[in-house]
Order: sequence, then structure tokens, then C-alpha cells
Amino acid sequence: ALCALSGAAAVLYHDYCVLGAGPAGLQAAYFLQQAGRDYVVFERSHAPGSFFALYPRHRKLISINKQYTGKSNSEFNLRHDWNSLLSHDRRLLFRHYSRDFFPQADAMVRYLEDFASLLELRVQYNTAIIHVTLERNGQAWNGHYFLLTDQDRKNYKCSSLLVATGTWVPNVVNFPGSEYVEGYETVSINPEDFAGQTVLILGRGNSAFETAENILGVTNFIHMVSRSRVRLSWATHYVGDLRAINNGLLDTYQLKSLDGLLEGDLEDLAIVKDKKGKLHITLRFYLENRNISAGIDSITFPQDELDNFATRAPYDRVIRCLGWKFDFSIYNRSLRMMPGKGNIKKYPQIKPSYESRGTRGLFVLGTASHSVDFRKSAGGFIHGFRYTTRAVHRLLENRHHGVPWPSTVYPITQLTNSIIKRVNEASGLYQMFSVLADIILLRENATAFEYLEEYPIGVLAELEMQTGRKASSGLFVIIMEYGRNFSGADKDVFYYNRAVGEAQHAWQSNFLHPVIYYYKRLPTEREMKLRPPEWPLPRPDAIHHIVEDFLTDWTAPNAHILPLRRFLENCLSTDLRNFFAESCFLFAFTRQKLPPFCQQGYMRMQGLVGSKGLRRHAVQAGLLQDYTPTDFSGDTPPESHHRSQDQLLRDQVISVRPLQHLVNAKDE
Amino acid sequence: MSNQEDSWVSSFVFLHLCASSIPILGSTVLLQELSPQHYFSGLEAGRASLAFFTHQASPGAQPFLEQIESSAEVLQDYGISVVKVNCPKEDASRYCGKENALRKAYLFRGNILIREFPTDALFDVNSIVANVLFALLFNEVKYVETLADLQNIENVLRGKSNMVFAYVPATGTAEHRAVMEAAFVYGTIHQFVLTTEAALLKATGNDGPDVSSAWLLFCHCQRATDPAQPCRRTALGQPLTLLNIHRHLKLMGAPLVTEVAEDPEKVSTVHLQLGLPLVFILSQKETYEADRRTAEFVAWQLLGKAGVALLSRDIVDLNVLHQSNVALKTPDEGVPIQYLVLEDTDEVITLVEDKTKVKQIQEEEEEQEDEDEKENNNQDIQDDQVVEAVSRDKKQELPLEQVLVLTEETFHSSLSEAARTVVLFYASWEAVSLAVLRSYSEVADHLKGTPGVLLSRVNCWDWPGICTQENVTQFPTVKIYQKGEKSVTYDGMWGTDELTSFIILSRVSCPLKLATMEEAEGYLRGEFPAELSSHHHPALLGVFSTATSEAREAFEAAGNVLSGHVKMGMYLEDDALALSRKYSMSPPALLLARSRGRSVEGIALSKQSVQDMVQMIRYELLDIFPEITVQNLPQYLQLTKPFLILFSDGDINQMESEEMLKLAKGSPQQAFVACWLNLKKTPVGFGILRVYFATVPSLPVLVWVNLHAGGQVFKFPPEQSITEVNVLSWLEKLRAGLETPSSTMSEEDWKPPLPAYDFLQMMDTAMPELPLHNSHRPGDMPAQHPPKSPGGDTAMREEPSQQTMAEKVGSPGRDLRGTAPRLAAREKQGKRHSEL
Repeated sequence: ALCALSGAAAVLYHDYCVLGAGPAGLQAAYFLQQAGRDYVVFERSHAPGSFFALYPRHRKLISINKQYTGKSNSEFNLRHDWNSLLSHDRRLLFRHYSRDFFPQADAMVRYLEDFASLLELRVQYNTAIIHVTLERNGQAWNGHYFLLTDQDRKNYKCSSLLVATGTWVPNVVNFPGSEYVEGYETVSINPEDFAGQTVLILGRGNSAFETAENILGVTNFIHMVSRSRVRLSWATHYVGDLRAINNGLLDTYQLKSLDGLLEGDLEDLAIVKDKKGKLHITLRFYLENRNISAGIDSITFPQDELDNFATRAPYDRVIRCLGWKFDFSIYNRSLRMMPGKGNIKKYPQIKPSYESRGTRGLFVLGTASHSVDFRKSAGGFIHGFRYTTRAVHRLLENRHHGVPWPSTVYPITQLTNSIIKRVNEASGLYQMFSVLADIILLRENATAFEYLEEYPIGVLAELEMQTGRKASSGLFVIIMEYGRNFSGADKDVFYYNRAVGEAQHAWQSNFLHPVIYYYKRLPTEREMKLRPPEWPLPRPDAIHHIVEDFLTDWTAPNAHILPLRRFLENCLSTDLRNFFAESCFLFAFTRQKLPPFCQQGYMRMQGLVGSKGLRRHAVQAGLLQDYTPTDFSGDTPPESHHRSQDQLLRDQVISVRPLQHLVNAKDE
Repeated sequence: MSNQEDSWVSSFVFLHLCASSIPILGSTVLLQELSPQHYFSGLEAGRASLAFFTHQASPGAQPFLEQIESSAEVLQDYGISVVKVNCPKEDASRYCGKENALRKAYLFRGNILIREFPTDALFDVNSIVANVLFALLFNEVKYVETLADLQNIENVLRGKSNMVFAYVPATGTAEHRAVMEAAFVYGTIHQFVLTTEAALLKATGNDGPDVSSAWLLFCHCQRATDPAQPCRRTALGQPLTLLNIHRHLKLMGAPLVTEVAEDPEKVSTVHLQLGLPLVFILSQKETYEADRRTAEFVAWQLLGKAGVALLSRDIVDLNVLHQSNVALKTPDEGVPIQYLVLEDTDEVITLVEDKTKVKQIQEEEEEQEDEDEKENNNQDIQDDQVVEAVSRDKKQELPLEQVLVLTEETFHSSLSEAARTVVLFYASWEAVSLAVLRSYSEVADHLKGTPGVLLSRVNCWDWPGICTQENVTQFPTVKIYQKGEKSVTYDGMWGTDELTSFIILSRVSCPLKLATMEEAEGYLRGEFPAELSSHHHPALLGVFSTATSEAREAFEAAGNVLSGHVKMGMYLEDDALALSRKYSMSPPALLLARSRGRSVEGIALSKQSVQDMVQMIRYELLDIFPEITVQNLPQYLQLTKPFLILFSDGDINQMESEEMLKLAKGSPQQAFVACWLNLKKTPVGFGILRVYFATVPSLPVLVWVNLHAGGQVFKFPPEQSITEVNVLSWLEKLRAGLETPSSTMSEEDWKPPLPAYDFLQMMDTAMPELPLHNSHRPGDMPAQHPPKSPGGDTAMREEPSQQTMAEKVGSPGRDLRGTAPRLAAREKQGKRHSEL
């Protein structure tokens, strides 16, 4: 008792406590460390990434580790590196840890160990936080402190709690006979143990298919049963759905090679073991009024009434692969950590800002935060939550330390460029499509703008408060979207003409493509709530889709950049074209106002003189007038020259035309 | 342009109204089908109808039937009904009985047969309409075959009414139809005369007309009084379409010269409404008669091309130059009236004809483009000169051997290798960057072999990390890295010469410390270190006695800012006093040596902030009477003063130069920038003059431009010689408001050149009826829901493959920007062929 008392007196305090040294916890620790914050990470295990030490059982990660993209752009390459965490240290790229496209889980464990040690993150291992409660205090950042107790009854106090414990509690179902069911956590991974056996797998996620894949070749047959239909990730565009790498069983099922899929509610199930140890499937309904101990012979089986009942054959083993859920058990009732509703009940309830709905100052990071974009984007996976964790960190910096959301101010002439640059390389926008957005805040008179990266659009209405930036003169929101209704478990994603080629049909693009929303003023909370279903944002004042691109390279001058420029010009009501110095010179003498490019470049003595060759091209295109004295020799009127230029232009245009039809994939 | 379109639309509406004001038969069913009894009993007096008789099965008439059906609508507009009469089998009456009759169509007025047409004369809608109207308008349209016939008609008409004479190469053509349709409307006003005789056309004195195309002349016989003279004729310059004829006749009907006594900006005539310019002849009471004659003369010349108005200056108070005698108003909205001083009538005519030519070209182009891109309004045509120029140049390989490519790996090591590394940060997809890259390759060429300078580049699209780290937020950026010093960011013009000069000047420290009196004096004489010897910038020498550290520090700091732009030296030895005395200054002082020491100016330095010092140095380096170029204009614009600028075709002569220099020096506090522009060197100056004066005036021309206040442009009277006295007195008049501006710089804002795709609206229109599930091609639907029943298997298997075949065949070569599967599909098809 004395010990506990003194322990309580010497409560260790940190501004930030992070629970869990998995990928999300370490990622959060990295940002806190970079910002010089007072933080600590608590980890149950003796090393980081304990989940990966056990899972996936068959050791193959399904997150891609692309070695080559043909590009050297490090930001772009992160789009195809689903395993690395964000850091400044280039040694800490996952491709240095594995060359496999689908790497081994052990590589992840090693990677996380290095990440924690090379960056000298402050992780307290072997510390299992078993209880979290609140201590009211008006002085505290959030009106309360978080009091944490570990397995040794040691107490810790924090102002802000970042929960990155993932989802590690296995989902179980209880039905008569569920005691015969083996769990994914412990089931043998040696295929030989399954030789000549008949196996029933409960569940239809990647762990179930991964288990099936492993034993497919040696079993008599495998049946899989679950309530919902199989969701293929290439049809849903959701990386958490069944991945092609695991779907060997679909092949054997559809080719009638004995394996099969069934739909049914596991709650209705019952398993009966016969004397030989075989497991028979029946329905809970049949057992309701019976005494099981009366012996197997007295039990009714579905096949007794329906002699072609699908699962009438007995099984040697039943394996449960039903996934995991968040550990709600350690939180005091006062924290109101509630499970979500419906299909997100395995996650705690959080706001789009990743803050708990029940407790201010408690943020959920990593896999456990996936309720925000469940079955949509990548927020439950490393390649997604590394960005949402950064976003949370930026929110915290602003809230607690008065550090506004990082931003860069550019002259308006860089507007098109800054968007094109980001949509082509930004990984956060790409992975966390329709969740994180780049925001462009226009300055007064639209002569300059401020660029904010990867802000969570769910809290767009609170932007000024959350970022410390002003959005008084209108804003652009840049996100990436799949075509509405393109993705879905029952959708044919290979139909003809699925790809749009023409910029004017860009809004019908199906594959991931940039979309820019323009608002004259920040949408209100109410507008956010009332937004149309399936829309990530409320109705904007104007919208622009950059047409999907087969190479995800949105730098084509005419198909991508030109329509974008026209959109921006029309939102801002200005002319965003570039001009050679000579044109600016002419405008300076003949117009009282100048276009922004001349105003911000030429007039500041940074005009674009351009080489002779380029200016000649511009003249041939009819976009620049050539005034050289030859065309002013009195007898030929100056316009005749003009005409020949136009003639040239027309020739050019005609020669180019047929190509435009070539690229037209969306033929009306 | 929109104005013009409007007028076209309105004229069309007018025609349509005329046409449809005639009562119409059977408005719902265009082609009536009647029995012979019904038809003949229903004929009303005075009403025309075109009938053809047919037995149930007469296959030969089928194509003719289609044509006649489609002409029914047009004919209905002229009150002519088209009737198909179904003959009963046994009928052997006049029209039904004979086999011959069935190959003809009959035109009745009331129950009187006017003409019968063999069906082969009615081969299409044009021929049907032309022939039917021709038959009906027998009195209104005279057909002539000889010149004598034509002259007879002319003689009859002379002094009474006008004549429209049309030549068509053949009847039944579209042109013939257009003439007939026009005659239907105007036949009661003008006498229409038609011929198909090419000889007759030649005889009318049209110089070598092309007899293969139709021709229409308006003959002004009403005004003609002299029986010996043929009536004046005005040819229609455009193709013979109903709209063009209508337009021509409207123009011919307008008064020759309109007398105007109101603000010309408010004047609107038929010409402007029809998209033609209006020429004002500015008149005064004293010269009214002569002006009127001039106006009429010009009007005849311009008939059909422009309108002419006589504007009395005595009545209307015009705020224009007194000398102006002609004004031109174009139909384009927002274009101000141009006031001109022209010497003879030919100039007026040339002016208008040139305008129309340009216009026609534009129109033709627009028409063509309209046809091609009716929907999207050219939005997808590049209108950015830089982007377009760069993409036209993209196949040209740049000579970049002299420029080192830096990567994330090599960036830092390279910087430590050379004494001075110039780095161009750019993005390979960005047009301005690529334009600068072209200049940069030229810079590299200029600096080839210059020791101690390494030119390199970083593509920020490949290496965003370095660019962020080096704080590159804009493309392009040029930085000069020097061992052990802070990098310098280039902030000058993106031109080869400017960048080269910057790099060269940056090689020498700024300011350059001079150790001895000899060095200092040599510096002022233009003896520079070897690195700078080739460079012709004015040189600046700061002279400081050691005590004056404050000014010296400011000078040194200013040197840092101006490094690369200015040649700056510094002398601070003990005998600095002696040096400055030579130029009657005392330290701290600036000595400014222009043109290699031929003149040295002294400027006293006082306590100044660095910024003021920079400002002051920049100001002092400006020329008093500079030649304005594209590159140096911004420096002078920053003075925010009006410009007195002499446009010269080539170098200015000594006399003018001296007078202007005197003027510049003499102006109190240099209230304006006196400068000149060499049109040979800066040909864009012609563009400026054309905007100011519509045409290029005789050169040299001295112009006063209020660049920053109001934008008025004044032209120095060309008859005066450019001397200080003359110009000063002219400026005095300007200031007193006694001169009127030749033009005013446009105040227009820079709006978006074209609209954007309105996706929001497209979504709005598309969404209600499609739950988007249906937005796939309709043909895709069966494939999307494969039949589950095994029985349907075989039947359905055919369908998808047919469909895919159709898909492949139906869209040849449309798939480049789509997806690989489409390409693969084509390959497969090829394979299949080889298998077959």
C-alpha cells in the first residue's frame, strides 16, 4: 500500500502519451519528436510492432512494396510503397528491408524496430496500460488529465492521449459447438497438418482466404461460410477487401474443384461432433429444445429434411478467421469510448478529426481510426494512416502550441502549377482519397494564395479554428476521387469504355482522378451535414474534374492543364495565361491593366524573354504577332501577314485534329 | 461579334415572319394523301398546290417521293400545299389514267393547272422549291436571254424602281432557289431578273466573272436619270444564299449617306446591325457641300461593305483632335470609335476594306471552327502562347550537354566541386520552366569555357526533396551557389543575355574592393578585372574615408543586393579624399562612370538605409534619354511617370536626339520619362502604334502617354519639327487640356479568355435521370449481369462476343487514351483474323 501511495505521488507526467508502438504509434512519436514535444510511447511488448510478430499467420503482407516505378520522385514513389512510415531518414524506406512485392511480416517487425531505434523515439517497452481514467482539472489543456495505470500499478499522467493500439482482440462468435472451432490466432500453419482433411472456414476476409490459400492443395475440400458476399478489392477499390493475391479459392470454387463459398449467418449455426471426431453442421434452431448430451443420434440435421443440404458432409476442422476489434476494456466509463454502429462496431467512435466523440484530447490513430473511411480509403492501413497521423499531429500543434497548419504562400500565377504538382506527386491525397484534401486559401483580390496540404475534409467547416489560417476570400479543395458508383462488390469494373479520355467528359471519370471544388466561402457545419449522399463535400460553387489518366500522369498541356486553367480563371474571373515579355511590353503600353503573369513577372523585371525559336513557334500558332518591319512595306497591308499566320494556324490545327479523335475513348 | 450574330438572327427571323404570314394549308400534316375526288373538290381559288398522282404500287417514284416529302415543309411556308393523290386502280381519268402522267407533278393555282413538271426536274428539295416558285412568280421574276432584253427592262425601270439581276449557271440549284425565295419576299419592291446565259453575264461588264458560280447584281435604276448610262450596279460579294441576298438588299435599301447630329457612339444604322462598319465623315458648316460630295463618293465606293454617315461637328461636341476628319465605328461591342486624320478618300476605302478582310478571315475561321467544335467553344484549343510554343518545340532536342544534371545524390557533392555553381530548378512539365530551359542552354553556350562557373539543373519533378530543401517554391528558379557563401537567387529577366550577364557579374565580389588610387582611377576609366572586361555596364565606385563606416556598411549591403546586376567598386584608402576631390566631391561619395569613363558623375552619400541606397543606385543608373526595349521597360515604368516617347524606324537622328536630351534634362524634377523606341530593334512598337492610331503614322512620331493616369495618348503634330521649344509648348498645351487625345489605353480587365467546362451543370442535368448505374453504354448491361440459369448459357454466350466485336469494329483507333484492355482487345482481334 505504501508503495502504491508513493507511486501515486510520483506520477510521471508527459504532455502526450501514445498507446502502442505499432506503425501508427511510432509514426505519431516521430512527429512529436520532430516538433520537440514532451511525449512517451507505451508498448506492452518488449519490441515494436508486436501484432506483426504474430500476424499475418502465414507471414505474407498484402501491402505492396514496389521497388521500381520508373520515377525518382520520392513523394510519388510513396504512392506505391504501402509499408514505409514517414520520416526524413531515407534509410527508413521499406524497400531497403525487403525486395518482395508482398513482403514478409518479419521484415515489417525489423523495420519498425529500426524506425524506433534509428530515430531514437521514446518508447517505454514492457508497459501494458491496463486502465485509463480522467482527472478533472481546469488548468489542463482539455479540462482534464489522462491517468494511465500499467500492469505494475505505475501511474502516468498526460494532457493528451493518442491511442494507437490497433484492433487486436479477435472477433469470436458463440454458437452451440463453437468450442470445436480453432482460431486463426493459433491454428496450425503447416499444410501437412491438413492433408486429406475437410475444412470449414468461418469468415470471408483476407485472413480467411489466406488460411485457405495455404492449405488449398492438400485438403479434400474447403468450404467458407460468412454472412456477407465476398467483396473483391479490385471491384471495390478498397484495399481491405479480398485481395487477388489471396483469392485462389475463388478459382477452385468457380471451376468446380470441390472448394466452395456459402452465405449464412454464423449466429444460426451449430456444430456437433460425432464419435469419430467429425464435425457436423446443423442449425441452432434444431438444437433449441434438445439436450445435446442425449447423443448425436437424437439430433436433427438439415439433411434429414433436405437431403441435398449443402454442408451435409462432415468436416475434420472448423477454423474461425473473423478478424479483430479494438480493445475497449481499458477505458474508464467516464471516457465514453463507445463502439461504432453497424459495420464499424469494431472501431471506437471518433470524429472526422480523429478525436474521440466521448473525450476531448483523446485521439485515435492507426487501424483503430478506420471508422472515418471504413471500406472507402486507406485510413486503416499503414499507407493511409501515416498521413492521417500527420494530420492529427498538425491539428494538435495548432491547438496546443499555437503553430498554425504549415502552409506556403504563392503568387496567383503559380496557382495552376501548384495544383498540377501536387496531384501528380502527392501520396497523401492519393492514398487517402476523398479523406485528406489540399486546401488553397485565396488572399484578398486573388493576387496570392496559401497552400495547405492534406487537411481532413471531414472538418472542413472548422478549418479556420483547426489550422489557424484565414479563409475569408474563397477556397479550392483538391481531392482525389473514384467515379461515383464505379466501385462496389457487385460492380463490373471491366466494362467497355470504362475509361474517359476527353477532358470535357472528365466528370464521368471512373478511375482515381483529381477533383477540385471551389467555394466562395467556407462551407458551414450544417452544409457539411446536409451534403448529398456519396459526396465527400457539400455542393461547391464550381467543380472541376481532371480527366482520369491511364498513367496517373496529369501533366498533358491540353487535356489536363488547359481545362484546369480555364476552371481556375473562371472561378477567379481573371486571365491566368503566361505571356512572353514582348506581349507584356505591348500590354504595358496599350492597356491600363495587366494580366497577373505580366504584373507579377515582367513588371518586376522577371519577364519571360523566351528564345527566338519559341517566339517563332508562338507566332506560327497565331498567339503572338510578329511585327518585324518586313510586313510593313506599304503596299502589302499588315493584315496580310496576319492572314498567313492564321493560315498556318489552321494548317496546324487541321493536321492535329484527327489525333483528337484517336484519343477519344468516350464516344458519344 | 455577338452583335453581328444577333443581327443575322434577326434578319432570319424577319424572313421567316414574311414567309409564314402567308396562310398555310394543313399545318399538321405536311404531305397530304388524298383521293382524286377529294383533291379536286378541295381546291380553293388562288391557292397553289403541287400534286402528284400515284397508284398504290409504283416503286419507281420512291426517291422522288422522299424529296417531295422533305420539300413539303418549305413549300408550306410559301402557302403551297403538297398533295399525294392516290389513284384508285380502275381510275382512268386525265391524271390517273395515263402512265405518262404518273411521272409528273402538277402545280395548280386554284383549279387551274399552271405547270407540269417531269419528276426528273424535281431531283431534290432545292430544285423542287426553285422550280415551283419560279412557276408561281412568273410575273415577278423575268427570265432574260439576251442583252437587249435586259436593257429593255432597265429602260422601263429607270427612274422608277430598282432591279435585282441574278445569274445562275443552271436552274434548280441552291442558288436558283435562294433567288426565288428572295423574289418571293422582295418581288413586289424590286424587279427580279434571272438568266442562265453566261454570255449575258459577261456583257454586263463584270470583269471576268467566273461563270461557274452564281452572281447577283443590284442595279440602282431608281436613281438613274441619264438614259444613255446603264444603272449603277453593286454586286453581292458573298455566295448566293437567301441570307446573303436579304442582307444585300437591305443594305442597298439603306440611305446612301446618313446625316448624323448626335453622339456617334450612340448612332446605329442598318450597317452596324448587319455587322458592317460605319464611316463618319466629320463635317463643318463651312465645308458642308464638299464634305457631302466626299461622303457620297465614298459611300458609292463602299456600298455593301460599310455605311457612310455625315457628322456635323458644329452640332455635336466632339472631344477629339481638331484635325480628325474621319471616324470609324465597328460593329464589335466595346471597341471605341477611332478618329483619324486621313488625306484622301482612298485611304478611307483601304481602311474599311482591310478591316473587312480581316473580319472575313476571322469569320471564315470561326465558321470552320464552329462546324468542327460546335459544342465546346474552342475551350480545348490552347491559347497560352508560352505553353503552345513549348509544346510545338518539344520534339526539338535541346543542346544541354553543357548543363550538368543534378540529382538528390549528386547535388551537394557538385556544389562543392566548382567555385560557383549555377542551378536552374525547373519542372519538366511546366511550360515557363521549359521556356527558360531553352534560354539556359543558350547561356551555357555563351559561357562555355568560362572558368569557375558550372551550369547545372535540377528537375523538381524528379527530385522534389532538393527543391523543397533549397526553398524553391516557384518554377523556374535560378540560384548561384558559391563556396562558403549564401546562395544568390536570380531575380532578373528570363532572357539569355540578362542571365549570362548576371552570372558574369556575380563572379566578381560586389562591391569590389580597390586597393590603390591607380586601380580606382583605372576602374572609373573602364579598366576592370578580366572577368568583367567584356561587359558594358556603367560602373559605380563608392569612395569612403575610413571613418565613414555607416555609409560604407550600407554600400556594402547594397552591393550584396545588387550583385549580378550592377558593377560596383569601393575605395576606402587614406587618399580617398584626394580621389573624390578630383570629381569635386568629398567622401562618402559615389562616382558613376558611364560609357567607359568619358563622363563621371559624383553623388554625395548621406546616412541611408540599405534599401534607400539600393533604390538610389538603381535610380542613378537609369538613363536620361534611354532607348526603351522589351527588357528595360519595367525599370522605367517603376518611376510611375508619363512617357514622352519617340518612335523611330531605326536610329534617331542627331538633331532629334539632342533636342530630346535637352528636353529630358530640362524637365523640372524629371516629371516624365523621355525616351525613344527603335522600331527596327523593337518591332513590337509597330503593334503599339497600331493600337494608338489604327494605322502606323509617318515616322518618327513623338507620343505622350499617360501610362499611369488615365492612359491618354497624344500625338505631337507631325507638321512641327521636334525641337525643345516646340515640344515644350505642346506639352504646355497638353497640360492645359487644350489637346485632345488620339486614343486612350483600354481599361478592360483581364477576364478569363474562355469559359470552363461546367461540370456542375452537366452533373445536374445528368443525375436526375441516371442513377449512374445506367451511365454505362446500354450495350454493357447484359454483360454486367451474366445469366445465372444454366439453360440460358448457350443462347447468351453468343451475345457478348458479338458485342465485343461490334465494340472493336465500331470504334477504330479511339482507344489511345483509354486503357490497356482496349489496346489488348485490338490485338486479340488481329489474332483472331490470323486464326481464321
